[in-house]
Amino acid sequence: MELTDLSHDINEWFSGTGPLADIVVSSRIRLARNLAGHRFLSNCSVEEKAEILEKLKSVLMSLNLGDEVFYISVDKESELTRNVLVERHLISRHHAMATGPRGAVIARRESFTAMINEEDHLRLQVLKAGCQLAACAEQIDRIDTMIEERVEYAFSPRFGYLTACPTNLGTAIRVSVMLHMPALKLTGQIEKFLGAAKDMNLAVRGLFGEGTEAASDLYQLSNQVSLGVNEKGVVSEFENVIIPEIVEYEKTARKQLLAKQSDTLDDKIARAMALLQNAHLISSQEALFLLSHLRLGLNMHEHMGASTPAIERLCALHDDSGRDENDRLSIRTINRLFMLTLPAHLQLNYGKSLDVTHRDALRAQIIRDALHQQS
Amino acid sequence: MQCQICQKRTATIHLTEISEGVRTEMHICEQCAVEQGVAAHSQMSVNELLSHLLAVQPSDEEIFGPSEESVCPSCGFTLERLRKEGTLGCPLDYKVFEQALLPLIERAHGGKSNHCGKVPTKVPKDTKKFVELSQLRKQLEDAVRDEDYELAAKLRDKMKQFE
Repeated sequence: MELTDLSHDINEWFSGTGPLADIVVSSRIRLARNLAGHRFLSNCSVEEKAEILEKLKSVLMSLNLGDEVFYISVDKESELTRNVLVERHLISRHHAMATGPRGAVIARRESFTAMINEEDHLRLQVLKAGCQLAACAEQIDRIDTMIEERVEYAFSPRFGYLTACPTNLGTAIRVSVMLHMPALKLTGQIEKFLGAAKDMNLAVRGLFGEGTEAASDLYQLSNQVSLGVNEKGVVSEFENVIIPEIVEYEKTARKQLLAKQSDTLDDKIARAMALLQNAHLISSQEALFLLSHLRLGLNMHEHMGASTPAIERLCALHDDSGRDENDRLSIRTINRLFMLTLPAHLQLNYGKSLDVTHRDALRAQIIRDALHQQS
Repeated sequence: MQCQICQKRTATIHLTEISEGVRTEMHICEQCAVEQGVAAHSQMSVNELLSHLLAVQPSDEEIFGPSEESVCPSCGFTLERLRKEGTLGCPLDYKVFEQALLPLIERAHGGKSNHCGKVPTKVPKDTKKFVELSQLRKQLEDAVRDEDYELAAKLRDKMKQFE
């Protein structure tokens, strides 16, 4: 299995499907685990890291994970390959940039990844499209239980699963959802969302995790408290309290845009279409920013029945990906353009390293070709 | 836990004051803390949080005395390294540096310091019992908060059986 088998398409979790998919792009749960009898990674020799890697790799590859899995030696891969894995959210930036023996076991459909020797010995993650946290929780718990039958985890009765950083202790669970919040941004209410998240003791991060900007109006919202709570409680609070409240903010802002600021909405969508259909050089940041407005227009049409002049023109665009049965531009195509025009994807799929100007030209060409006007 | 001042937002700041042998606790949200002049409005990174909390903690020597105990006997780790690196050296560090780490752990986890989630199947029975008691204690707290006294009484009886 080669990474290029995956890099020409988007992964399932980014397919634009699933419950509440017009706002909740994806759901993710990760668990951090460490082996008993070993030091934490920052204090490990290369030999000890190699021993941990070998042990966990052999356990993971022997399990029936419900999907075909493949293994990538992250430390032996090129920077480009590592960046593609980061862009697909299969490994973290920390894992890509760390040193020493490390690897990742990845399910072919990319809904599951086990990062070995990230900040902790083992970081398991399950990703699904839309709001599917309960399904993520069930799957990750099953995999974790299978692993712990074969290894001994570092565990304390008082502090639970012991992690390299005390902020991850206890359940060592991180529940997160990726949210698309363009209307709150356009109506100048994004602070309302950030304030609500803070009041609920949640962390808000950008598209690629800690320290990254919220490109394309995508925000990752996750729990911060992992000790003194149980896994079901955290997931249930997200599904029953947090997500409904945040989703309602964005829905209200979309209704407000349509009712009171439809000129603003149309202007954003029309400008995004014009630039994306005609530009010959486009940066990754600009493409993400403009594609966000197309995603908003399509979702408002599909989920709210919105029909403005710009939305009508957007919905009339032809989609030649063969994925949409009506041959109309789909969210899947928008997401595909989004991921496949990220810098590392562009270069891996083109087959060689490209400088910024060549990348911007190739990106613009791919987007122009995909968004050509229906004849 | 609700803020004791506004009774609306979640309490994220937990103050303990010991004056003339009397211990008082206060659980408040950040906004009320700023309004009351108790804390500055801030969004700290994990590293800043670690440095800040460890800076106001007694030094290793003050806690353990000028002995070898300020160094983990298993991995040689010191609190100084935690300040610099933000991660611990080995699982035993949680035991060796427990007293110094507790304020940081409680701050990071909304005042909580006892695990009440999943337990590996392989751990001894005593460990399972300890965590189950923590889980019951948390359920009891939630029941009292929700004023479900019938459930609280049942949980209390269950805890008595355990003990």
